[in-house]
Amino acid sequence: MNEMRYISPTGMIGSGFQEASLRRALAADPHFIGCDGGSTDDGPYQLGAGKPMFARQACKRDLRILIGAALEKKIPLLVGSCGGAGGRINLEWTWGIVKEIAHEQGFHFRAAVIDSEPPREYLLKKFREGKIRPLDPAPPLDEKALAGADHVVCMMGVEPFQEALDNGAQVVLAGRSSDTSIFAALPVKHGFDPGLAWHAAKVLECGAAAVTNRFTPDGMLCTLRKDEFILEPANPQMKCTPVSVAAHTLYENADPYLLYEPSGALETHNATYEAVDERRVRVRGSGFRKLPYTLKLEGAKQAGYQSIVIGGVRDPVILGQLDEWLAGMKKRITDRIDSIFGEDMRGKYHMNLRVYGRDGVMGPREPEHGRLAHEICLLLDFLAEDQETAHTMAASGGHIALHHPIPEWHGLISGVAFPYAPHVIDRGPVYRFMLNHVVEPATPMEPFRVDYRTL
Amino acid sequence: MAKLRSLARMIRSKNAGPFELTIDILFADQPTYEWVKESGKLSRELIAGMFQIAPEKVKLFHYDPAYAIKASVPRYTVSGDPDETDVFAGQQYAQLVDLEIPGR
Repeated sequence: MNEMRYISPTGMIGSGFQEASLRRALAADPHFIGCDGGSTDDGPYQLGAGKPMFARQACKRDLRILIGAALEKKIPLLVGSCGGAGGRINLEWTWGIVKEIAHEQGFHFRAAVIDSEPPREYLLKKFREGKIRPLDPAPPLDEKALAGADHVVCMMGVEPFQEALDNGAQVVLAGRSSDTSIFAALPVKHGFDPGLAWHAAKVLECGAAAVTNRFTPDGMLCTLRKDEFILEPANPQMKCTPVSVAAHTLYENADPYLLYEPSGALETHNATYEAVDERRVRVRGSGFRKLPYTLKLEGAKQAGYQSIVIGGVRDPVILGQLDEWLAGMKKRITDRIDSIFGEDMRGKYHMNLRVYGRDGVMGPREPEHGRLAHEICLLLDFLAEDQETAHTMAASGGHIALHHPIPEWHGLISGVAFPYAPHVIDRGPVYRFMLNHVVEPATPMEPFRVDYRTL
Repeated sequence: MAKLRSLARMIRSKNAGPFELTIDILFADQPTYEWVKESGKLSRELIAGMFQIAPEKVKLFHYDPAYAIKASVPRYTVSGDPDETDVFAGQQYAQLVDLEIPGR
């Protein structure tokens, strides 16, 4: 094969794309469609709770159009990190949508569903064998922490995708996968230069993000040849320039020259970017260094339940002594929690008193801490073992905040403006990421299970 | 002297995974990029000061093909932890916006 063409319709299933752009890209007769389905950007909740970032209806719309396009063109559709985090619950949630689409549209195809959440015993064994290593920075890890995680996923490389395609799957729904593996799987399988294949994949995984002005989520078409790849935005109003494509290697990535993948590292030191015309860019010279095979692990553990109170303060007399007022308030709230739950509760909950208009965004790193706006937003949050406890703390905390006195006003004050009734908001369970580690598998397939399902 | 906001076409911060964050400063043309790069103002020490960490923890890159200066640091908290202030780390570049770059 001398040339492979492929489309990334958008940066993430559920974020949307223009159907006309997809149709336009399909006219190039692509060999496959790939799409990322997840992100860790919005925190540990997707993995911990098994709930995706984007809503079901939004994901269904994107998947319906993409499955329809793949069947029409008789090409595979590869979806990675299904359901936001790629955990088993996220993956089966996505499968449920796909089944519903097939039923409603009368679609028939063979699907592969790739589980990336290995049995915990497997991971514990690897840990005992010293085959789980920390990246930098990483939280401390021991057997107890690993055993106690709510969900741990392995980020797959190209091999599970390749196996699914070899076994005739037309729609591949993958659990957690590196964003790039989705787009590198087929090119690498067909023997294209790995540096170019992985570099193209890095650009494609964000859809049209590498254009000069991405005014709406949309797609990108890649044409990969022996010694180059060419990028063209699917939307005729969007343009790639050498600078816009080069800049994309920076995005959401700590090092623009070295991008680590399971089987090695993409090296962009010698990559060149050249305009083909006003909208298309040619890339050459990317390298790939083979390294011992490792798979990244992601884990989430429930931290507890949270309840919050949001309020505003406008009184200049209070604002003139904000630090003292808040310190006194915090002491009162702590005492009240002691009086309700007893001293045993100390150390078993976590309280934050945040001030927007002062240092809400940067916290202790705020250099202009002393400069206060004419009004501030006060955010109280409480994290405890169960929702009722967190709620109790927030209800008492909000009430204490509302009436916390200052010396200048005599009698009962109401010093906080609540925009919502009720003013206590229960946020449900919250989670923490607890792994930044890699595992050395015996084979690239070892932690994964491919399940074939026919619709 | 010129403020960085008048020289850069983009100043942004974002997670690079849940454990690191990265700042990108992108310039529209090579002369402006070279000016800011050669000024040495955007140093590891400056970024370290912003995040109250040791300079050795800062990875600083000059990426010529994109006219970009990039800095990556360990996140102040792991993304989404109880003391998180910015889950996407999207607003952690503010101190750079009015940074004064000496003229040439």
